[in-house]
Parts: sequence; structure tokens; C-alpha cells
Amino acid sequence: MLLNHGDLQAIWLTVRLASIVTLILLLVGTPIAWWLARSKAWWKGPVGAVVALPLVLPPSVLGFYLLLAMGPNGPVGQITQTLGIGLLPFTFWGLVLASVFYSLPFMVQPLQNAFEAMGERPLEVAATLRASPLDAFFTVAVPLALPGFLTAAILTFAHTVGEFGVVLMIGGNIPGETRVASVQIYDHVEAMEYMQAHRLSAVMLVFSFLVLLALYAWRPSPKKGA
Amino acid sequence: MPSSRLLSLLLASLMGCCATLSYADEVSVAVAANFTGPMEKIAPAFEKATGHKALVAYGTVGKFYAQIKNGAPFEVLVSADDETPIRLEKDGLAEAPSRFTYAIGKLVLWSAKPGLVDDRGEVLKRGGFQRLAIANPKVAVYGAAAVEAMKKLGVDAALESRLVYGENITQTYQFAATGNADLGFVALSQIYKNGQYAPGSYWLVPPTLYPQIRQDAVLLWRGKANVAATAFLAYLKSDAAKQVISAYGYEF
Repeated sequence: MLLNHGDLQAIWLTVRLASIVTLILLLVGTPIAWWLARSKAWWKGPVGAVVALPLVLPPSVLGFYLLLAMGPNGPVGQITQTLGIGLLPFTFWGLVLASVFYSLPFMVQPLQNAFEAMGERPLEVAATLRASPLDAFFTVAVPLALPGFLTAAILTFAHTVGEFGVVLMIGGNIPGETRVASVQIYDHVEAMEYMQAHRLSAVMLVFSFLVLLALYAWRPSPKKGA
Repeated sequence: MPSSRLLSLLLASLMGCCATLSYADEVSVAVAANFTGPMEKIAPAFEKATGHKALVAYGTVGKFYAQIKNGAPFEVLVSADDETPIRLEKDGLAEAPSRFTYAIGKLVLWSAKPGLVDDRGEVLKRGGFQRLAIANPKVAVYGAAAVEAMKKLGVDAALESRLVYGENITQTYQFAATGNADLGFVALSQIYKNGQYAPGSYWLVPPTLYPQIRQDAVLLWRGKANVAATAFLAYLKSDAAKQVISAYGYEF
């Protein structure tokens, strides 16, 4: 057997986490990217900077603040306790929330680029044909930005799979609940089970390569004209 | 002939200059996370007493083992157990005669909430909490000790679904200190300083409930020729160091 039960469980958990995070970010990230691409408001800069923060911040900083924020005395923790869902650290949904923050720029930035590259023209044309803004968005903007959506979704998924520092800080390493593949590998190394660490790492390596290969193979040639 | 003499002169002066720049009075020490508190006092005291400098890295012993096996430039390992130093000796990476037990660790059940943990550990049977943090028993001796204690008390099965695992004892403490876990099995050194316990409530787990946590230090092969490394191990045995170590609740 190449992988043991714990490894398979960790992989399944990782895939589930990455899929849910990608779906949520498609819903949350798209309007943010759209607004960032179109808005001329002065706070566009600050919002863009906040979105990009996880690119710069060490996962330990992010994880530490999330642990405090979601804890019993933190603002998020107060809200979740009031809502009766208890505390989020050490739960799957806590990981989902943390990963949404963590992977946000990987969704927003490619989408923003795609929307910006599209320019105003197609939407103006749609408007003259009396398409409502929403109609224009779904029938004109989304198809035009489809490669951007694909890139953003793949990057978000892959980045969430590769997450380590944040889940280590707030996950609590619970099998089947918060012990994702990256943490499982770390545990193997710590426990000096190098053979198992090798196997799971190799799976991750091959997976990452295939994802990136798909990304580069599918990505159409850069926008003509512009 | 003259040119080769010039060359050797150049080489000699180069080597002389390198020798003064070398790590002759620096020792690089890998220290188990549970010993962070005392080491932060011991390292500066060692520097003051000997003039050598200790470059200290804190972490889990499993990680240090992997790093040392793969060429990490540590010269002394201050371990959380006695197994890892022995393993390194078998690998030919540590100097067996240098190994000694510098402290015996104590396990404590602690909560940041006052009144949650009683002084008999009955809270483990009584319940009334959501999450119990322990260090990952697969990799941390304090975690393994906690599991053993819960088994002896017969509460391991009942509590299993409430456990959260810290990567090491520092993170376990962090889970409990931030209140995300209501209580946790931590090292006494983390909540005890100079006869004072940290705020909250605690139960000192009786040593009969878990295997003795013998924490060994050992000289690694890279530190063999380094006087600062030998001096560091000697200092760890000194009365001054022992005073600090026992002030954190460790025994000998």
C-alpha cells in the first residue's frame, strides 16, 4: 500500500477544503475583483492592499491573529458564540474561513486582471443594446473573462491545498477534521517516519506539477490587441 | 620558489584571518520547545560567565533530528527526551559520553480559567469543557505522557473526541492560553516561574501516572572540536544553571 489510511484521510480532507474554499471565493472574490477593476473610488487602493496582504504576510502572522480573533475573547469568536455555533478554531469550518482569507488574492487578482484587460467597450456595447448591468455581466463579461476565472479557480484550489502555516496555527491537527495533507507530512517527518513522508510528499509533488501543467497548457495565448 | 613562498604566506595570513572570524567562541544549540523559558535565562548567563556566545534555536526534537541528519550545523542538542539523543548516537552524529539528563520534566493540567481545574484532576472525569489540548503524542514526549495519564485514569476513550493537538508543547500552551482550548496538558515550566503559578487553575499530574520524562542533552559531532560547545554542556550542569532549571519546576 502506497499510502496509509491517515494519509488518504488527509488527502480527502484537503481536496474537500480546497473545493469549498474555491467555490466560496468564486462567489466572494468575483464582486470584489469586479469592483476593483471598475471603481475609481479613492479607497480602491486600500482595499486592493488588504486583498493582497496574505501574499506578503507570513502564515504564522495570519494564523496567530486568526487564532486570537476566533478565540473566546476575539471579535469573531464573540459573534460565533452569540450565534450559537461555538468557537471556530479546531473545526473544519474554521479552516474554511481561514483559507478564504489566505487564498483571497489568488482568486481576486487574476479576475481583476481579466476584467481590466476586457476594457469598457464590450459593456458599453451591451448597454447600447439595452442589456441591464447584471445581464451584461453574465452574458458579456463572464464569457470574456472565462480564462481568468479558470486561472483564478485553479490557483485558489492549488494554493489552498498547499496551505500549511495557518492550519498548523488554528487547526489543532484533528484527524479527519483539520489534519490536512501538508500537516500530515510534517507529522511524518517529526515522527521520523521518513518513508511515509516521502510517499505523501511525492503525491503532492506530482499533483502540484499536474495542476501547474494544466494551467500553462490551457491558458490561451495573451490577449491580442489590447 | 619565491612565488610559492609568497603564496604560502598569503595562504597563512588568509587562514589566520579566517580563524579569527571563525565560530571558535560560538556554539549553536538546538533546544526542545518545553525548555524555552529556562534557556532564555541560561543562555545569557552562560555568555556572561564564559565569554562564549550561544546561538539558540527552539523547536521540536523530531524536526531537529531530521535537520541534524541532513547536515544542520547544530553543535549541542538539548532534547525533550532521552530517545532522540540515543538515536543520534547510534547514527554516529552525537558523542555518547557527553550525554546526561539535565532535567526531569513535569506534566501539568492547566486552564487559563480560574476554578476549572481542581487539584485532583477530577475535571477530566466531570467534564464541563469543550476542548482539551495536548501535544501531538506521536512526536512530543509531553503529549505521550498526557495520553498515558489519561489511560491510567480511564478517561482516554471518553475524552478522545475533545482533543486538539498542538504541534509541540509551546503551541499546546498557546491553544490553552488563548482560551481556544478550555484546558491543556502542558509542561510545568510553562506555567511555573520562581514559585509562582500562572493565573488560572492547574493540577500537577502525579508522576506515577506517566513515564518519567528524562530530558537529555548531548554534544553533536559538529561541536566536538568547539570549546564553546563543551563549555555550554558543562555550564548546563553547573549550580547556576540548576538553580534556573529548578525555578521552572523541573527536577533532577
